[in-house]
Amino acid sequence: MTSALAAPKRTGGYHLARQGKAAHVFLVPWLVGFLGITTIPMLASLYLAFTNYNVLAEPNFIGPANFIRIAGDERFWHSVRVTLLYVLFGVPLQLGFALFLALILDKGIRGLTLYRSAFYLPSLLGGSVAIAILWREIFGQDGLVDKFLGLFGIHASSWLQNPDTALWTLILLHVWTFGSPMIIFLAGLRQIPDDLYESARVDGATTLQQFRSITIPLLTPIILFNLVLQTIGAFQSFTQAAVVSGGTGGPVDSTLFYTLYLYQQGFVNFDMGYASALAWVLLVFIGILTAIQFALSKYWVFYGD
Amino acid sequence: MGTDMSTFTSLDARASSSVSPAPVPRRRRRPAFIRHIGLTVFALFVLYPLIWLVISSFRPAHLILSDTSIIPDRMTVENYRSGWTALNRPFWVFFANSLIVALGAIVGNIFSCSLTSYALARLHFRMRNIYFGIVLVSVMLPMHVMIIPQYILFSKLGLVNTFVPLVLPKFLATDAFFIFLMVQFIRGIPRELDQAAMLDGAGPFKTFFYIILPLMTPALVTTTIFTFIWTWNDFFTPLIYLTKVQIMTVPIALRTMVDAESTLGIGELLAMSVLSLVPIMLFFAFAQKYLVRGIATTGLK
Repeated sequence: MTSALAAPKRTGGYHLARQGKAAHVFLVPWLVGFLGITTIPMLASLYLAFTNYNVLAEPNFIGPANFIRIAGDERFWHSVRVTLLYVLFGVPLQLGFALFLALILDKGIRGLTLYRSAFYLPSLLGGSVAIAILWREIFGQDGLVDKFLGLFGIHASSWLQNPDTALWTLILLHVWTFGSPMIIFLAGLRQIPDDLYESARVDGATTLQQFRSITIPLLTPIILFNLVLQTIGAFQSFTQAAVVSGGTGGPVDSTLFYTLYLYQQGFVNFDMGYASALAWVLLVFIGILTAIQFALSKYWVFYGD
Repeated sequence: MGTDMSTFTSLDARASSSVSPAPVPRRRRRPAFIRHIGLTVFALFVLYPLIWLVISSFRPAHLILSDTSIIPDRMTVENYRSGWTALNRPFWVFFANSLIVALGAIVGNIFSCSLTSYALARLHFRMRNIYFGIVLVSVMLPMHVMIIPQYILFSKLGLVNTFVPLVLPKFLATDAFFIFLMVQFIRGIPRELDQAAMLDGAGPFKTFFYIILPLMTPALVTTTIFTFIWTWNDFFTPLIYLTKVQIMTVPIALRTMVDAESTLGIGELLAMSVLSLVPIMLFFAFAQKYLVRGIATTGLK
């Protein structure tokens, strides 16, 4: 981001003024969207969070009552626990697989494109309703996994109807989409200059030493990037839980993702004031978490010297 | 893809000429072989659910759950035939709806994001850095803090059960991801090109249409592909806005089929699920270069 003040001098003051006007013509769609689709609805949502609103009657200002209700809402805390479990296990496992496979594929392997395609395909499809349906059948009553484990004498009936295992099938689905962070890791690995490894080899560094002192440090910015992006995404997961549980978040709320609870309150119960409050809690939470990730990054991310 | 197919054949050539190998390749060959076996097994494991999905959709419904194999036997298209008409409307209606929404979103994103990104990448004005900062932050903004007032607005305007709430925001550059992608791309275009055009008297508009826009085709292709895939898969937004059967997109139609699974049967469900994935698979097969480039430069899904 170069400062606007650093504009090339030869364009002259008149030209700059004209560019400023032209820029705002180019920016009309974005400005309208930024105000009408983003900012004003955000402010409206903040206001609604302090009201009781069911669409039929006018919003009724009730102060912080929605937030007090949230603090005492067992299903809210439950959905927070479910979502945190999902993020805490799903994201590191997904990124771990992504990094591991990127490292294997990076070493000049033949057929890279084929492997990369195979591992990337699930990322493209993973968010679809079709794959959620597939997961229902794989882990459901008499499903594929059940049949398969039956061959070894393990009978768990339905993994989806058991509250202890239902969430783990969704975590597995998240891990299954390791392909897109893997491609980002591969692109990052390619950025590491070869001569670094060469001079390390000349100095007698082992493969493991090269990995620890070159590969990992130079990859940490990409790891942070993937971590932040995937965490934000995972907190907003909706489709898989909504389809697999049939929209309930069941069994016994064991797959009640935060956004699914928000959807139920807002668009099933039409308790839109409360749903707005939930949305703002989510925004603040994601904001704080991202800030923490960036703050902690200075202890482990290597930005070159 | 093509280059790697050729390396496969050169692998065979090398293996046969192993009479006089250099010492380093000899030590390396065994780990490479083991690595290929490991990767292939893992790839099959990863793709197994997808293969099973496709094969099962062609099996007689009562056999689907009792068969874990992926060997195609006793194939039938009956699931497809009955699934196609399982809901109130034939399935082509949902495909047409999804296609309209996806095309609308593509045109919208190309139009609005290219205009925005050109201004942010090339034109000089006071608020530029602030605007670009806003774009970056809005990439990470969860849509949940806006969706409720948006819904109220569109429903007050009588636009629920139309495609407007799904397509209109795209014409207003709300997919900030693509602005970011295009800004990055335009910054890579040599400035001499547009400066020459400007010196020849072309204003910002001519420079944009005749110089920058044609040069940013790769970024536009990436935007097209990802917009298509995201819109095609999108579930949350159409779930909120589309409640009438005749206006449903494919994911919502599938969800409706799930609700009726006890009466419909698993065969139809799997068959229509497979069909719903076909357009994405086509993009995957024919435009992979752009997909990979898009993810690698911006971290898209």
